[in-house]
Amino acid sequence: MHNKSVAELSRELESGKISSVELTQQFLDRLKQEDGKYNTFITITEEQALTDAKAADEMRAAGKATAWTGVPFAHKDIFCTNGVRTTCGSRMLENFVPPYDATVTEKFRQAGAVCLGKTNMDEFAMGSSNESSYFGAVTNPWGLSSGEKRVPGGSSGGSAAAVAARLVPAATATDTGGSIRQPAALCGVTGLKPTYGRVSRYGMIAFASSLDQGGTMARTAEDNALMLNVMAGFDPKDSTSIDREVPDYTATLNEPLKGLKIGLPKEYFTDQLSPAMEEQVRNAVKEYEKLGATVKEVSLPNAKLAIAAYYVIAPAEASANLSRFDGVRYGYRCEDPKDLMDMYTRTRAEGFGAEVKRRILVGTYALSHGYYDAYYLKAQKVRRLIQQDFANAFKEVDVLMSPTSPSPAFIQGEKTNDPVTMYLEDIFTIAINLAGLPAMSVPAGFVDGLPVGLQIIGDYFAEARLLNAAHQFQQVTDWHQREPQ
Amino acid sequence: MQWDIVIGLEIHVQLATQTKIFSGSSIAFGAEPNTQANAVDLAMPGTLPVPNENAFRYAVMFGLAVNAEIGRRSVFERKNYFYPDLPKGYQTTQLEQPIVGPGYVDVDLPNGETKRVRIHHAHLEEDAGKSLHEDYHGMSGIDLNRAGTPLIEVVTEPDMNSAEEAVAFARKLHSIVTSLGICDGDMSQGSMRFDVNISLKPKGSDQLGTRTETKNLNSFRFMEQAIAHEVERQMDILEDGGRIIQETRLYNGDRDESRSMRTKEEANDYRYFPCPDLLPVVIDDDFIEDARSRLPELPDARKARFKEQYGLNDYDAGLLSGDAKLAAFFEEAAEHGKDAKLAANWIQGEFSARLNAEEKSVAESPITGAQLGDLVVRIADNTVSSAGAKKVFEALWTGENDNVDAIIDAKGLKQVSDTGALEAMVDEVLAGMPDQVAQYQNEEDPKKRKKMLGGFMGPLMKASKGQGNPKLFNEILVKKLGG
Repeated sequence: MHNKSVAELSRELESGKISSVELTQQFLDRLKQEDGKYNTFITITEEQALTDAKAADEMRAAGKATAWTGVPFAHKDIFCTNGVRTTCGSRMLENFVPPYDATVTEKFRQAGAVCLGKTNMDEFAMGSSNESSYFGAVTNPWGLSSGEKRVPGGSSGGSAAAVAARLVPAATATDTGGSIRQPAALCGVTGLKPTYGRVSRYGMIAFASSLDQGGTMARTAEDNALMLNVMAGFDPKDSTSIDREVPDYTATLNEPLKGLKIGLPKEYFTDQLSPAMEEQVRNAVKEYEKLGATVKEVSLPNAKLAIAAYYVIAPAEASANLSRFDGVRYGYRCEDPKDLMDMYTRTRAEGFGAEVKRRILVGTYALSHGYYDAYYLKAQKVRRLIQQDFANAFKEVDVLMSPTSPSPAFIQGEKTNDPVTMYLEDIFTIAINLAGLPAMSVPAGFVDGLPVGLQIIGDYFAEARLLNAAHQFQQVTDWHQREPQ
Repeated sequence: MQWDIVIGLEIHVQLATQTKIFSGSSIAFGAEPNTQANAVDLAMPGTLPVPNENAFRYAVMFGLAVNAEIGRRSVFERKNYFYPDLPKGYQTTQLEQPIVGPGYVDVDLPNGETKRVRIHHAHLEEDAGKSLHEDYHGMSGIDLNRAGTPLIEVVTEPDMNSAEEAVAFARKLHSIVTSLGICDGDMSQGSMRFDVNISLKPKGSDQLGTRTETKNLNSFRFMEQAIAHEVERQMDILEDGGRIIQETRLYNGDRDESRSMRTKEEANDYRYFPCPDLLPVVIDDDFIEDARSRLPELPDARKARFKEQYGLNDYDAGLLSGDAKLAAFFEEAAEHGKDAKLAANWIQGEFSARLNAEEKSVAESPITGAQLGDLVVRIADNTVSSAGAKKVFEALWTGENDNVDAIIDAKGLKQVSDTGALEAMVDEVLAGMPDQVAQYQNEEDPKKRKKMLGGFMGPLMKASKGQGNPKLFNEILVKKLGG
């Protein structure tokens, strides 16, 4: 059962061949047995999962089942879960149990899905390797057979690795600068970052509010569509969510791709990219041509400014978003504070890890009096230029394709002392967040036995088209079905 | 040296919405600590603000009432600083693009002049919670009920030149927001709080001096005292050849002392930037017209009407039209009492004195405008004397009885105005006081005669058991004694 997709499991449950309680128990057993190797979960909610599975079986018996009823999955530990601790990968929230659900969490609950627990992540979603988690690094299931412990990417590395290792068929994830797409690429799974505002951010712990977007992670494009069907939609609790009709994302998966206009941004095929990686991506594009798509080169002239702009805007927003972790109301508080200042400084010094502190400092600096215009305002101008680049490109083509990451999964510890090299991991993904566009990563080959991801970028609210393009590709390739040994 | 005083105000006005500016919690005053604070108010992780449309409506109504431009695109920013009663570690406020742009208020001064005070802008923001420093065994308590209460902060130009002008402006602003119904105006509960910026410059100079800001004054009296205190402090420094330091000061009204809270150098760098959780709010024509249609009669219009409709003089009309509740009380009393001027006198006299003595607002008055009107009727038609009327007022106030005529009956306060009966009493009393009558009649000085007349009133009131109409007694006496 652990190799089946959400769509397949849903059919198994519907046919009555297996109950959700049985299925859930099988997944839990496997999870407990296997996860020692990967550390993909921070919290396993066995008891709750079995209770939910029982309720799902009753829901089905009552004829109220949805595609998700009784299907096991996991939430990234950034989504608040009522009554279940939600850590965001930080010591600051090690024992934080929210008394409310994120809107995304609530929607999966209502659909009858069975959450097995909370997946590991970079602390406060800040990282590209899942090594900044207070709960330990996550190990990529790919490459383990050769004895090397490689990173799964980040920040949704726990979700990606758990799906790759067949511990869950699907997991929620979030993407601020590439945190869905890059780990999906490095773990050989399929991930979707929707248009900014498509999925509610309520109850999703904020890193950089104008960039954060919840999304999906599973092995197939079809499962991503099933996830987005649950997650997408306007939420009156999130003023930045967009009131726009949600289509059935599975309905258009089988549309033919004939005539699809693909653009290849030349700035994303530079010497940053190894020849072996480039070959895999270009081969994937050839598959699309076989499916009837046409391909042309396009230009995103300001793409090279994206990393610099991102590393001003994201830390600036984060520096304010993380101010609430002050030891006053919830979360970590240092022992025996002498006075208020001592409580603040020690709570935050002890509660946050190095990468989080680095970004708070950078963001605080960028917003400081005398620097605001040179950094924050300039970065916002760059952001508008980047949005304009994409708008121009989408006048010519329907989707853009590129590699998701410049290289495959690297070895743990390789980049931890070099933050700037680490930041370059997101060189192909970050501009999409700055523009607020939807994008996917789809398994598209291997280099040295490690998965390579193809990034497909769409215009605003083009999720259905992206899923359709990914699904059609997956009908003629089997990269997404490969299993790590 | 002669000095010009330059004063600008920043006024925090709590908006009387049902719920907070960014969450569904109630903002009612006086609940148990932290019972009106939900996950959003507590800044729990992942929670997000949702703007309260009514707060925008109230702000626009305020803007229209002070002749201001309305900001069509209203942007919230984060003002970053750490304090335990500031749950998010930043205050959501407006800076570059406030909802209310430049406007003005015309203020009537006690000397009869009218002064125009320009409004620089007014912006929407959230209030912080409260830190409680008592009764926690040496620790501080945090009450977040107030956190997220909608405020408009009104910032004036430095257009006021004395404490009197500043207070007159403050009262006018109070009158505007209470008339609009956007603020309950209860200053003792912090519904309006004033920060005063003060500087001095040599008389006639066009160069502004260094200013200080005195924060959080929550009564007109403290505000007046604080300004006087700060002007004197600055004058002493300047006249000794010293320099004013730009700083924020706190004034202790009970001790008439102030101290420095922080200097400019110690000021926080608030690192303002647009709040990414809130999209810019676009105020369109329909919204503005809807707000305009909700504007009630404003104090200036009401004052003009009081002069016209009730024949009040400028001073009385000004006093009675300022506070919306007092104005309504007056109109009810005038309606019932028929004699508006007499009603106005009673409201400004006995009624106001009693409210002040008991520190009550008009809304808390135990008597209604209609009751006072009924009393005015009985004074005007001579049923009771003014001394008797005070007894009736007292009985109404204490709730002894709620009907004016019933009180007059029960207390036997009805005046005897039957001239025949009164004349008989005068004859009798005068007959018993021949020496005083002779003395009176021999006196040439009219002033002394008038005074001597009072000597007969005591015995007359005694003879009438207090029920003789004093005015009639007086007339009869003068006639009988021969002028």
